[in-house]
Amino acid sequence: MLLIQCPYCGVERPELEFSCRGEAHIARPADPSATTDEQWAEYLYLRTNPKGVIAERWRHIHGCGRFFNALRDTVSDKFLMVYKAGEPKPDPAQFSKEAGR
Amino acid sequence: MADILTSELYSADSSQAPLLVLPDVTIMPAAPAARVSLRCRETGLALAAKAFGTPIPQTPLTAETAANRAAFWLGPDEWMLVAPESQLAAILSDLETHLDAVPHSVVDISHRQDAVLVSGPRAGWLLNTGVPIDLHESAFAVGTVTRTLFHKTPIMLWRTGPDSFVVEAWGSFMDYVTGLLVQSAEELKAA
Amino acid sequence: MSQPFRIEKGGRIDRAASLSFTFDGERLSGHAGDTLASALLANGIHLVGRSFKYHRPRGILTAGSEEPNALVGICRKGDQTPNLRATQVEVYEGLETVSQNRFPSRGFDVGAVNDLLSPLFPAGFYYKTFMWPKAFWDRVYEPVIRAAAGLGNPPKNPDHDTYGNLYAHCDVLVIGSGPAGLAAALAAADSGARVILCDEQAEFGGSLLTETAATIDGTAPAQWVADTLEKLSANGNVTLLPRTTAFGYFAQNFVALAQRITDHVSEPDPRLPRERLWQVRAREVVIAAGAIERPMVFPENDRPGIMLAEAGRTYLNRYGVKVGHNVLVATACDTAWQAAFDLADHGVTIAAIADVRENPPEALQSIAKARGIRVEKGCVVTGTTGRKRISAALLGRLRGNGVAAAGEVACDALLMSGGWTPTVSLYSQSRGKVVWNESLGTFVPGQSVQNERSAGACLGIYGLNAALEDGYAAGENAAKAAIGRSGTVSRAQAHGADAGEGGILGALPHDRDPSKVKAFVDYQNDVTAKDVKLAVREGMHSIEHIKRYTTTGMATDQGRLSNLNALDIASKALDKPVTDVGLTTFRQPYTPTTFGIFANISRGDFFDPVRKTPSHDFVAGQDAAFEDVGQWKRAWYLPKDGEDMHQAVARECETVRKSAGLFDASTLGKIEVVGPDAAEFLERMYTNPWKKLAPGRCRYGLLLNDAGFIIDDGVVGRLAEDRFHVTTTTGGAAHVFATMEDYLQTEWPDLDVWITSITEQYAVCAVQGPKARDIIAPFVEGIDLSADAFPHMSVGSGTFCGVPCRLFRISFTGELGFEVNVPRRHGKMVWDKLAKAVAEQEGVIYGTETMHVLRADKGYIIVGQETDGTVTPDDVGMNWAIGKNKADFVGKRGLARPDLVAGGRKQLVGLLTKDPKVVLEEGAQVTKLANPPAGTPAEGHVTSAYHSPAMGRSIALALVKDGRRLTGETLNIPMPNGAIPVEVVEPFFYDKEGARLNG
Ligand SMILES: [Zn+2]
Repeated sequence: MLLIQCPYCGVERPELEFSCRGEAHIARPADPSATTDEQWAEYLYLRTNPKGVIAERWRHIHGCGRFFNALRDTVSDKFLMVYKAGEPKPDPAQFSKEAGR
Repeated sequence: MADILTSELYSADSSQAPLLVLPDVTIMPAAPAARVSLRCRETGLALAAKAFGTPIPQTPLTAETAANRAAFWLGPDEWMLVAPESQLAAILSDLETHLDAVPHSVVDISHRQDAVLVSGPRAGWLLNTGVPIDLHESAFAVGTVTRTLFHKTPIMLWRTGPDSFVVEAWGSFMDYVTGLLVQSAEELKAA
Repeated sequence: MSQPFRIEKGGRIDRAASLSFTFDGERLSGHAGDTLASALLANGIHLVGRSFKYHRPRGILTAGSEEPNALVGICRKGDQTPNLRATQVEVYEGLETVSQNRFPSRGFDVGAVNDLLSPLFPAGFYYKTFMWPKAFWDRVYEPVIRAAAGLGNPPKNPDHDTYGNLYAHCDVLVIGSGPAGLAAALAAADSGARVILCDEQAEFGGSLLTETAATIDGTAPAQWVADTLEKLSANGNVTLLPRTTAFGYFAQNFVALAQRITDHVSEPDPRLPRERLWQVRAREVVIAAGAIERPMVFPENDRPGIMLAEAGRTYLNRYGVKVGHNVLVATACDTAWQAAFDLADHGVTIAAIADVRENPPEALQSIAKARGIRVEKGCVVTGTTGRKRISAALLGRLRGNGVAAAGEVACDALLMSGGWTPTVSLYSQSRGKVVWNESLGTFVPGQSVQNERSAGACLGIYGLNAALEDGYAAGENAAKAAIGRSGTVSRAQAHGADAGEGGILGALPHDRDPSKVKAFVDYQNDVTAKDVKLAVREGMHSIEHIKRYTTTGMATDQGRLSNLNALDIASKALDKPVTDVGLTTFRQPYTPTTFGIFANISRGDFFDPVRKTPSHDFVAGQDAAFEDVGQWKRAWYLPKDGEDMHQAVARECETVRKSAGLFDASTLGKIEVVGPDAAEFLERMYTNPWKKLAPGRCRYGLLLNDAGFIIDDGVVGRLAEDRFHVTTTTGGAAHVFATMEDYLQTEWPDLDVWITSITEQYAVCAVQGPKARDIIAPFVEGIDLSADAFPHMSVGSGTFCGVPCRLFRISFTGELGFEVNVPRRHGKMVWDKLAKAVAEQEGVIYGTETMHVLRADKGYIIVGQETDGTVTPDDVGMNWAIGKNKADFVGKRGLARPDLVAGGRKQLVGLLTKDPKVVLEEGAQVTKLANPPAGTPAEGHVTSAYHSPAMGRSIALALVKDGRRLTGETLNIPMPNGAIPVEVVEPFFYDKEGARLNG
């Protein structure tokens, strides 16, 4: 069971309290009607699914209830950092380097 | 101090039998209370504090208490305010009046959850049979309040003293919580 | 009840406490402190069971949890727990045990014919033999294999024991309590850290409990253990857990421990759990799991009486049991010599020490000489004899690459040692990669992946003083890493029990006919050296393939005993270095773990939370049948006077339509949406328009996902400009709330609106039927209930029975209806009053089945029944619920996707069977032809089907391809007894104009 730092509560809590909501930084298009079918399908379904560092959305669902984002290494399963919703996406490449890839 | 203040807010419900009485731990249903969910942005905090009579805590996982009042930080824009049951209507209207000018949400959740009081030297141990977080005082000091899980059920947990806790759960989950607490305490009766 | 192999004195057993136990019905005696294995050996019993495949007689091989042979069943409270290791089972008064895998008895076993037929059972036998004919697999091979397979008998009754759970946190978790573990615990505890020390054995001390040839700070090792435990017990920050196996090492130092609490007690207090699962989160972990001895792979190395050397020494020094009167010691390393010396000192004849090495250390040879022990150098065992116990061993002299026979040695026990294997299982579980240590000839832990360090023998650090030193350092460093400081514990010094030299891997050479002998590598799975070689010849070149082909390393010890020998044999057959062949992965659990401890509290009443509604006790008192809806228990139907379900539902339906019915709708999800942007938020979430909905009015809302599919629905009432009361389906409540939070927090964080779950704030009593108004009116204050003032789809606040209430005028039945929302704790009082009032009006209390029938009459969909996550509003004829002028809402863009606008989608229709008495089966397929040729795709399926009392016939809803165009046509529902013809109709049946609900 992973231990996850909640950036809002400021504490580490067991994974049980959290729910993972998939890849982060996929914004809903501001004007969906202006998107092509391909763009909409991409928004709905296409994810990067990398072997390595990924930015994910997590929710502290059984804690403060907040969504936040986290960089996680899908190989080691380690959390590299967490940051609040709305904060810019860190450069995964830099973290990949630190994670030894 | 928290012990004294809570005793007014969270007292054992004299109309209900204790759920567990052992030398090292007891579980008592708490009497009903007024509970209000307060949601607002920073602009509302001082106004809400004025209306409610305690500061609205901004430090995560903390509570502010005053006579017959407790305000719990549950999230960065979410608080639960607790007061004696009879004061519900007054509190709701005070909050609405004071917060009128700022965006906010005040919702009555008095009946949504029930509370039990778990206390005694083995209270922390008993809770840790189902609560996955560290309840050692160094990690979960007196006064700390948090939402977490008890086995498969969400709860709110407030430590009111070294050996005393308030556990709240939604009404329909309380039988599960107390049933498991009582079952897990069974071994304490063994010599 | 003499114990002929018990020595006069010595050992850690309590000689004053004599215990009686049985093994296969034979009454035997032992002492407190005995394991079943030590007690059996004290009684001279080596033969304890039969092997898995060949049913060969097997004896006790080890003194620890790695035991492969001595698996027994324990009978207790009328049931049997199978597959316990006799080396771990503690003897108590009245213990009843049975051997396994033998028929009819362990002395005479008919399955042993498999041994004679063993040429038929080579590696990969099952894969090769049962491949064809294919049809035989289900009917012949699998049943036969299942009947023959498996060890022991599963218990027949539900587990009567309870199992505890505890989430625990500590600064330093020390696993293993041998010299390194105790030293680590001492050092860590001295710093003030919170320490948990666990050990799988009943007593702390590990090898120190066996060690008599050394001193620690001038005292006997066992005394040092006692002193150390006293210190640790006195420290309030230390938790000592004997009989506790660390069986799983997971991410971020999450370690699962199984604590055995009552298994060793004769009459356990029934209030105690049998075992406790400790879910430990440790800042730092010290693994001090020790090392185990390696068996030697020589022909017939599995005969009862053959045992690992250190196990023999443990039985002697710790349990006061000699494993034989005339013992042969076969070894490739120094440590086994001490076993011979200890036994000799207790008057046991040592037939010989046969050392593989040409030049064992002079010091050992001179000690042997002083005791008059015959020493054979450069010598291997090439075979053994004896029917149920070893009676002699054949020796062979190593000559270059060959072996020359060197005579037979009579013996009644053979102690062997191929060297030591560090126990790296937990390190490996922590995702660490083991590295090959050439000088030790074994794998040892490499770099730590987690906040973990191995210490002592499990790291390849042998010798007592070295292990202590390493333990102290590990404990200190762990504390420093965990809490930033370390203590100043004084370090004990040990003398004696130094690390020995030597060790060997793989199959030993011999002079026997290779086709006729078996040298076992994996005892429990009956895998021989030959099997491993055969696997390589047949193309298995990866150790993972060899493992699965031969099953070596798949025993309950996960190959702790066998892996290195198997690996060496494979590497020689492959002509590749060991490091290129690799080691299989150790996985959780470290040793077999009970299902009980995993199921833990999730059994019976606590399998899952059972959520009850305010009316629960009331309807239970009326013999209601209940239906599980998620975690909720809902009244399904309430039979009267011996009614069956059909009769009860018919009566409930008729009564609701004739008079009135009362229904507990408390389980519906409820969300209070509050804030200046509340209407804007709902506008974005739901398909419907909300901004013009007046306070006091309700609207049916439809919720899609962004793909355009229906995910939920419910009535939404506007309480004030900035306040809505949203309802969801019972099952969808949590999901809808989470979805709303998701959009609110991550897509539209600037909206000034907040959502609060009020599902359990309100109890909801639905009163439906022509008399509904009459029934509730006397209780209502503050709301004008007249049809004009409070028409269909109204919401108002007032009081009900004197308590605050939100009253909705809504209907899911097609009748005049109200839903009374009162604060939950008043729910019971209000329900009771309404039940009485309903009864007075000759109304009825109805359950979910009647609710389903009544709504189907009206063609109202149920999300999850008419929809399955691939259904759009248009599919179910609900385009009317979509706000035509809305620029966007969740799902709007999705609805324009090509697949969703293309023709040929399945559409909701009604179906009427030609025979009105026939009720279709929900889920049945719909076809055009009565007897469609095989392979014809279905046109759709039945989503709902009931007998409708209102219609006096059966009705059904179905999703059918282009269904709306088929109105009036006949389709078929093919069933096993022939197709049922149906007519396609519009998907509503009753009161299409809605006159009744507007009454
Ligand atoms: Zn949080």
